[in-house]
Amino acid sequence: MTDRALPLPPSQLSGPDVRKISRIDIGLKRRYAAERRFRTFGLMAVALALTFLALLFGSIVLRGYTAFQQTRITMIVDFDPAIIAPDGDRSPAAIMSGNAFRFDDLIAAALVRTLEIDPNDEDALYDGLDLLSKGSGPMLRSMIAADPTLIGTKKAVAFYATGDVDSFVKGTIPADVPESQRLIKDKHIVLIDRLKADGALRLAFNTALFTNGASTRPEMAGVGVALVGSLYMMLVVLVLSLPLGVAGSIYLEEFAPKNRWTDLIEVNINNLAAVPSIVYGLLGLAVFINFAHLPRSASLVGGLVLTLTTLPTIIIATRAALKAVPPSIREAGLGIGASKMQTVFHHVLPLAMPGVLTGTIIGLAHALGETAPLLMIGMKAFIVDYPSTPLDPATALPTQIYMWATEPERAFTERTSAAIIVLLAFLLAMNSIAILLRRAFERRW
Amino acid sequence: MSAVQATVPFETVRTPDAAGRPIKIHTRNVKVTYGQKQALHGVSIDIAEKAVTAFIGPSGCGKSTFLRCINRMNDTIAGARVEGTITLDDQDVYDPDLDVVELRARVGMVFQKPNPFPKSIFDNVAYGPRIHGLARSKADLEEIVVTSLQKASLFNEVKDRLTEPGTGLSGGQQQRLCIARAIAVSPEVILMDEPCSALDPIATAKIEELIDELRANFTIVIVTHSMQQAARVSQRTAFFHLGHLIEEGPTDHVFTNPLEQRTLDYITGRFG
Repeated sequence: MTDRALPLPPSQLSGPDVRKISRIDIGLKRRYAAERRFRTFGLMAVALALTFLALLFGSIVLRGYTAFQQTRITMIVDFDPAIIAPDGDRSPAAIMSGNAFRFDDLIAAALVRTLEIDPNDEDALYDGLDLLSKGSGPMLRSMIAADPTLIGTKKAVAFYATGDVDSFVKGTIPADVPESQRLIKDKHIVLIDRLKADGALRLAFNTALFTNGASTRPEMAGVGVALVGSLYMMLVVLVLSLPLGVAGSIYLEEFAPKNRWTDLIEVNINNLAAVPSIVYGLLGLAVFINFAHLPRSASLVGGLVLTLTTLPTIIIATRAALKAVPPSIREAGLGIGASKMQTVFHHVLPLAMPGVLTGTIIGLAHALGETAPLLMIGMKAFIVDYPSTPLDPATALPTQIYMWATEPERAFTERTSAAIIVLLAFLLAMNSIAILLRRAFERRW
Repeated sequence: MSAVQATVPFETVRTPDAAGRPIKIHTRNVKVTYGQKQALHGVSIDIAEKAVTAFIGPSGCGKSTFLRCINRMNDTIAGARVEGTITLDDQDVYDPDLDVVELRARVGMVFQKPNPFPKSIFDNVAYGPRIHGLARSKADLEEIVVTSLQKASLFNEVKDRLTEPGTGLSGGQQQRLCIARAIAVSPEVILMDEPCSALDPIATAKIEELIDELRANFTIVIVTHSMQQAARVSQRTAFFHLGHLIEEGPTDHVFTNPLEQRTLDYITGRFG
């Protein structure tokens, strides 16, 4: 309203000034167009990236989610003392030793009752046994060894179906191909349908995927050992690379004189960050295993090698975080009579902490997904038992994925994707922790 | 122009102090080079005890560089070399045996931009006494913090929020917090490097008032771009130009009756 009371001076509305304004307008239009173009390109790039991300996650989840369920066949087992402990000794040691096939007899008896087949009809019995995992006998044995009071009772046990039956039930093995080209024969299909109708055969949550170690039978295979191995490695990496990396960066950034030697070191650290990780694997093989004689396939060695691959990342991130702390904070500390060390540890490092932690966790996430160096030091092994210390043989999540990816069974294909989902969940969790820590430590200055 | 002046033998114009104050800091022929560049071409000046000495001069004349020589803050700059002698109470500041940490506890500093630590107001002031072990007990420390804040005319404004971050204060309050932090370790000298250049006129007036009060207990050296400020707060003024100390003398004398043409040109605004 006051604008109207104050009209523009006439000189700006006519004469040479009008031409001047229009000339500026043309330039402005071009500049705005360039800006719009740039923004469009940016949006397109982001959209493209998101599309591929969605495709990646979509394909992995679609392929892998079925592996979190597993076909179980529940049967009443008669824990017959005459078969389990023929000599009367019910100690776990006695159960674990002796004829291992006697537990198959228990399963056969249960099967005969469940399917109501003639005990003398061996063909029908074997068709039924075909459905059950070959690991069922050992499973039953360890079950009894863990709880000997089961002997003499009758109890429902949920056995694992074989990987092929599992795939058939989930529909990954189609029923409409000719029988001769199908792993699941027509006689099996009849049995599966019958068990399904009885409620004995159904899908349940696949705990074995998280608790079991390596197995040639997909229904028995799990990432348990790999999870523990990865956990040990991450602990080793964290314990070694965080203090080493942070101390090294503090020295280089705050204390070391700036001369040709420190320049050389800096260039080398930046180059080390770009060295292919398999080279670190070769180094680890030569130094930690051949020279230091540390055990093969051990998570300690894996952790040591991954520490080497992670250190440059942590050092670069920490140095950047230290550099970002305003020099006025250092001057304030020194000006009041704090020593260099006090200034760094009381004032500079706390301010750099969010950056340091983010860098460390990103480095750890890298290390968690690292595969190539682990192949070189033998962490691609068939490990059934859990490692009790970092010196015991173990595998890691990425190498487990690599091994499963080379297996031909349909059931391993979905488990490969499931293991990838587990790995991605871990990475996501670690990145979330990084963000939370960053928030917690962030301070204004 | 500087090359010509560097070769010509240079004589500072000096006017002795009528008040006859004792001298706290002697400097003789102080030269500073940053790598190849010479920033100070031999500065000799005596700084009086319990008085405010102002360094004035155009940008890049070396006044801040010289100030930072006194508590050896130039040590932290890579490639900086200091020659000549600076003595504090007849003790050589650049003596290799002298502990620089102890020196900086005796010679405090307040910087151009308020730079409180990202800690609470209390911890900001308590940090110095803590690291130097000046407080025997918690009550002792609290007393030091309170008196320092009082001396810095900040206590009444912050007494209810000592646990709040120092970075949450206004610019002027932050600078007074930095002054409180500096005086908490009971220094003998306080160096101020353009302490008001980032502040508004009201905050500036408060700091100037504070400087005038602190003069009773501390030797203060202040670098300033504002000639009015130098005239208001200082007893002695030194005019620097292109790395030389051109003229030094009592403030009223330098501002009303400068003996050097360049000083006159600068204070009348003919260059700078």
